[in-house]
Amino acid sequence: MERLIEKWQDRISEVVIGAKKPIKIGGETGIYFIDGEDKCPNPMKVAMEVWDTEPESWPDALKSNFGKALKDPGEWAKLCVEKFSADLICLRLASVHPDLKNASAEDAGKALEKVLKAVSAPLVVIGCSSPEKDNEVMAHCANVAKGENCLFGIATQANYKTLTAACLSSGHSIISEAPIDINIAKQLNILICDMQFPADKIVIHHATGSLGYGLEYTYSIMERTRLAGLSGDKMLSMPMINFIGQESWRTKEAKTGTKDAGVLWEIATAAAYLNSGADILVMNHPKAVEEIKKTIKQLMGYICS
Amino acid sequence: MFIIGERINGMFKDVAKAIKDKDESVIQELAEKQTACGANSLDVNVGPASSNPKEAMEWLVKTIGKVTDISLTIDTTKQDVMEAGLGLCKSKPIINSVNANEEKMKNLFSLAKKYNASIIGLTMDKAGIPKDSEGRLELAIKLVASCMEHGMDTSELYIDAVILPVNVAQPHAKEVLKTIRDAKVLADPAPKTVLGLSNVSQSAPAGHKSLINRTFLAMAISSGLDAAILDVTDKELMDSLITAELLMEKQLYCDSYLDAYRKK
Repeated sequence: MERLIEKWQDRISEVVIGAKKPIKIGGETGIYFIDGEDKCPNPMKVAMEVWDTEPESWPDALKSNFGKALKDPGEWAKLCVEKFSADLICLRLASVHPDLKNASAEDAGKALEKVLKAVSAPLVVIGCSSPEKDNEVMAHCANVAKGENCLFGIATQANYKTLTAACLSSGHSIISEAPIDINIAKQLNILICDMQFPADKIVIHHATGSLGYGLEYTYSIMERTRLAGLSGDKMLSMPMINFIGQESWRTKEAKTGTKDAGVLWEIATAAAYLNSGADILVMNHPKAVEEIKKTIKQLMGYICS
Repeated sequence: MFIIGERINGMFKDVAKAIKDKDESVIQELAEKQTACGANSLDVNVGPASSNPKEAMEWLVKTIGKVTDISLTIDTTKQDVMEAGLGLCKSKPIINSVNANEEKMKNLFSLAKKYNASIIGLTMDKAGIPKDSEGRLELAIKLVASCMEHGMDTSELYIDAVILPVNVAQPHAKEVLKTIRDAKVLADPAPKTVLGLSNVSQSAPAGHKSLINRTFLAMAISSGLDAAILDVTDKELMDSLITAELLMEKQLYCDSYLDAYRKK
């Protein structure tokens, strides 16, 4: 019987992240894991989360994997790359949040420098989710990492101009986030491009409300985004990122369930998002990272064979 | 929507003068402007007044080819002028047009095959344009059959149900819309549909032309129209086109959908 292979009009843009050891994401020519449809130019990448301050809110099941390294972002990043084989490091500048340590932009910049010095893996750098403070901190940090070609986040429709300008002048890529709304995702990409920001330096993040309730919404929005991008919608033909660890470990089950519950939540969530078009998975637990890297390898082996 | 820019036509005074004076800049500016406004192909017609239409067609196609590789829609009723134009096209051309006369179909589908061109088929024959959609569809069937006989893919055929000016032939508009809807079932793959849009407002007061054009275009898009020959430089018309396509779910909504379409 003749096999029907969908021919797509367009392809997803390819984004290069990092300077010392750059990686490429995106470039899909079809839906992932459909045998014969996609040429899989760039396997999906796993980033591990590193904080610029010890993450007090993390449960012991998570913290125990990193020991003393949690006190030093450079050591922590090194551990993730060398021991746990992370493809990228995602530095979360949590300490600057007014309700946490209210650290200064300069302090955050120093933590960033430490990580840049410790590892040559590409960096994702995100703020503390306080819009005003993030604008101040990210503008400074983008400059600190000038030339390192990082992926900075997170731009939202209500707050994208400062970060876009900072990324533009320092040569970084940007994460554009929408609240599980494909129309806003498209609109935000247009707004960012209107500032002369290149479309091939944007990575889309569809925020997941909270797992269990939100996963299937996000899954279908990601799928629709990918289909629109492949069908020729240039404002949606970008690679996508998901913050798996952040979403999984905030669930009640991960925090209070059995020892492995959080790990399993991470693996299940990451595996689902891989199938809906994720290009970077930001994860927390080393065991989950190990398992999902195996999954990626197996799935890629299947479509490439 | 596949958009064919109508402006390089000797019926327009500036184009007729440019052909006469061999003024390349006028033609090239029109080509570039229409392309920038979103045209996917440019109609090329030497007009009725040309003393040597074959030479004029060659000059137009060469002149446009110096500034753009865009597809050209060669618009003439004369076989030798058509072939002269097709032979010089840089990208896949479109023949504008064939009608349902046996001899015309034989000649022009052969030409389409020879030059790997798409072709616009008018639902008219020696007896003229049928007054209703049934009559138009009968002729459309003849065009589809001839297309198949010549070994061409039926999706290369654009059925033009021939809209007449609303001020002289008001009952035709709704018959054209019905023909656009029904033409899709005539073959698999379905033939495409096209309209020479500006004809609907011909001789209407200048102030109403654009309004009539864009209203009819929106109605035709909702009937499934695939392509149109139109004034791509008319911004309000293009805004209506984009919005009608949006409402038909041809593109994903966002607040800046007009800009998003134009950035494609």
